[in-house]
Amino acid sequence: MNHWHIMVVDDEEVMRESLAAWLREDGYNVDTAVSGGEAIVKATHLDYAIYFIDLKMPGGIDGIETMMEIRKIHPDASIIIVTAYATVDTAITAMKEGAQEYIVKPCNPEEISLLVNRIIRVKNLQRENSILRKKLTKQYSFHDILSKSPKMGKIFDLVRDVAGLRSTVLIQGESGTGKELIARAIHFSGDRAAKPFITVSCAALPETLLESELFGHEKGSFTGASSQRKGKFEMADGGTLFLDEIGDISSKLQMDLLRVLQERKFYRVGGTEEIEVDVRVIAATNLDLDRAVREGKFRDDLFYRLNVISIQIPPLRERREDVPLLARSFVERISHELGKKVNGISEGALRILMDHEWPGNVRELENTIERAIVTCKTTILSDEDVEFLITGRDQGKAAWNVPANITLEEAERDIITATVERTHGNIKEAASILGIDRSTLYDRLKKYNVQRE
Amino acid sequence: MKSMYIVALGGIEEDILTAIEHGLRQMYGHEVKRLPSLPGPEYAFDPQRGQYSSAHILRQLVARVPPDAVSLLAISSQDLFIPMLSFVLGQAQLGAPAAVVSVARLRQEFYGLPPNPSLTLARAVKEAVHEVGHTVGLTHCADTGCPMSLSNNVRQVDAKGTELCSNCITLVEEKTRTV
Repeated sequence: MNHWHIMVVDDEEVMRESLAAWLREDGYNVDTAVSGGEAIVKATHLDYAIYFIDLKMPGGIDGIETMMEIRKIHPDASIIIVTAYATVDTAITAMKEGAQEYIVKPCNPEEISLLVNRIIRVKNLQRENSILRKKLTKQYSFHDILSKSPKMGKIFDLVRDVAGLRSTVLIQGESGTGKELIARAIHFSGDRAAKPFITVSCAALPETLLESELFGHEKGSFTGASSQRKGKFEMADGGTLFLDEIGDISSKLQMDLLRVLQERKFYRVGGTEEIEVDVRVIAATNLDLDRAVREGKFRDDLFYRLNVISIQIPPLRERREDVPLLARSFVERISHELGKKVNGISEGALRILMDHEWPGNVRELENTIERAIVTCKTTILSDEDVEFLITGRDQGKAAWNVPANITLEEAERDIITATVERTHGNIKEAASILGIDRSTLYDRLKKYNVQRE
Repeated sequence: MKSMYIVALGGIEEDILTAIEHGLRQMYGHEVKRLPSLPGPEYAFDPQRGQYSSAHILRQLVARVPPDAVSLLAISSQDLFIPMLSFVLGQAQLGAPAAVVSVARLRQEFYGLPPNPSLTLARAVKEAVHEVGHTVGLTHCADTGCPMSLSNNVRQVDAKGTELCSNCITLVEEKTRTV
C-alpha cells in the first residue's frame, strides 16, 4: 500500500469518484471533496501529496481560490488544476498562483500516470532528504550541542578526553555560545554523571550572599542566618560545581575560591569545622580573563588554577555552517513545544539567518526562531518571518539620532534604560542584546538608578 | 465456497469468454461461473465522447452481483472512459466485487492493424486477471511482468505475463483467506 494521500476536488460526482477510484487502484489513499470549502477544511487536518482541483465549481470558491487557500496551509502542496475548457488566461493564472500542472480533461491515462509518478518521486526524495537530515542532526549532536564545525568538533574531542579527570576547566566564550551546555557535557560524559551537577551564577548575587551560597553558613553567622545551611560546594560533593560568570567575583571571593581549589577544604561562613569535599570545578566567563589578569582585576594564581584545561567556544558568526543545522533543530523543537505546525525554513529565510552577525550567538538564534514561529502563518518559516533581523538593524541605524551635548554616561544610561524597557525587565535578554554580562548590567542599573518593570 | 462470475455485455467471442474463465480459475483457484449475457451498455453511452462510461457500468453491475460472488467481471466490446481520462482499459471496485474490462482497445484492428485473435485473447485474459485482482483488494504492482502492473496501452499489456508475481499471489492468498 502506498502511504501517500491524494485529494480530488470536484463538484461533479462521477468525475470525482471515478478519478479517485482510478488512483486508488494505484495504491494511493484518495480523499474527495465536493467543494473548495470542504477541500480546505480537509487540508487543515491532513497534508495531501497531490491535489486534483477542478477549475470551475459552481457557488462558493473556484479552483484557483481553493488552490490559493490550500497553499497558505501547505506552501509545498502539489496542485493540479483540472479543466474541461482551457484558455490561455486561466492557464497563466493557475501557473502564476503556484499550480504544479494545468491539465485539460480528458487526459491520456499515460500522461496522468507520468505526472503523478513524477510528483511522488520528488515527494519521496524530499521525505528521504528529511530523514537523512534528521540522521545528520543526530550525528552532529553531542550532549544537546549541535555542530558540524571543525572547531566545535575539537572541543567535543577535548570534552571526551577530560570528562573522566578531576582537573578544573575554564570555559570562555561570548554570551549565548553554550558554555553551560559544554560544562554539562563534561559532567555527564564522565564517571561523575550520576552525582550532582550544581550551577552557581556568580554575577547574580552580591558578594556576601555569594560567599554563603558557595560555602554555606552556620546558624547565627549573620543577620538572617536563622539555621545552618549547606553551600553549593557541599551539595556538589562527588559531582561537579559549575561557576558561571566567574570573572565577576570580588577579590575576597577570588582568594577564598583559590584556597578551596588548592586544598579542597573550606569553612562554612561563621563555622569552625573544616569541611572536605570532592568536587570538580568548571568555571565559565564571557570576559577576557587574560586581560582581566593583566589589568590586575583577576588574581593570576586563581586564573592559572582554573585554567588547567581551557576551552574557548567560538561565537556563532565564526561557525556559520552551524546556523542551518541549529535553526532546523530549533524549528523542530520549538514548533512542537508551541504546538504550531511549522516544519521547515525557506531558502530565503536561511539566507537572512546566515547573513546575520548573531551578537547574542546560539541563544539569540533560538529566540529568533521562537519569535518567527509565533508569527509564522504557514508551515514553513519564510524570509518575511525573519526579516525583522534586517529591518531591526536598519531601523536601529535610522533611528540613531545622537542628541547634541550628550555625555557618554548619559548615552549609556539611555541605551540601558531603553533596552531593559524593551525586554520588559528581563535582565538576561537585555544583557544579551547589549553584549555585556548580567553582573555588568546590574552594576549599571544600580549606578544610573534604572528601575526594572 | 464462493465463486467468481463473468458476464458478457453485448456480443463477445466465445473463445475470449472461455479463455477468461480458464485464466481466472487457474490464477485465483475459485470456481468461475458465467451469467447469461446482458445487452450492450447503451445506458452508459456518452454521445459527446462516443464512448461508454465505465463508472455507470459498474453502478449497474453492483446490483447484479450474486450473493456467493467474490467478484463479477463484465466483458464489453465498447470503448470505456472515465471523465478525467480519454479512455480506460477496464475499471474495478477496489476490494469489492464489481469490475469491467473492455476488449475494444485490445484488438489490433483498433489501431488499423490486421486482426490477431490469439493476441486479443491473451490480452483479454491479462486484463481480466488485472481487474479481478482489484476486486480482491490488489493494487498496482511495480513488477511490469505481473498482470497487476498498470497498463495504459497495449504495449504495456503485451509486456505483462499471464501469471501473477509471487508477491501478488501471497497477497491474494492473504486477502481471499479473509473473504
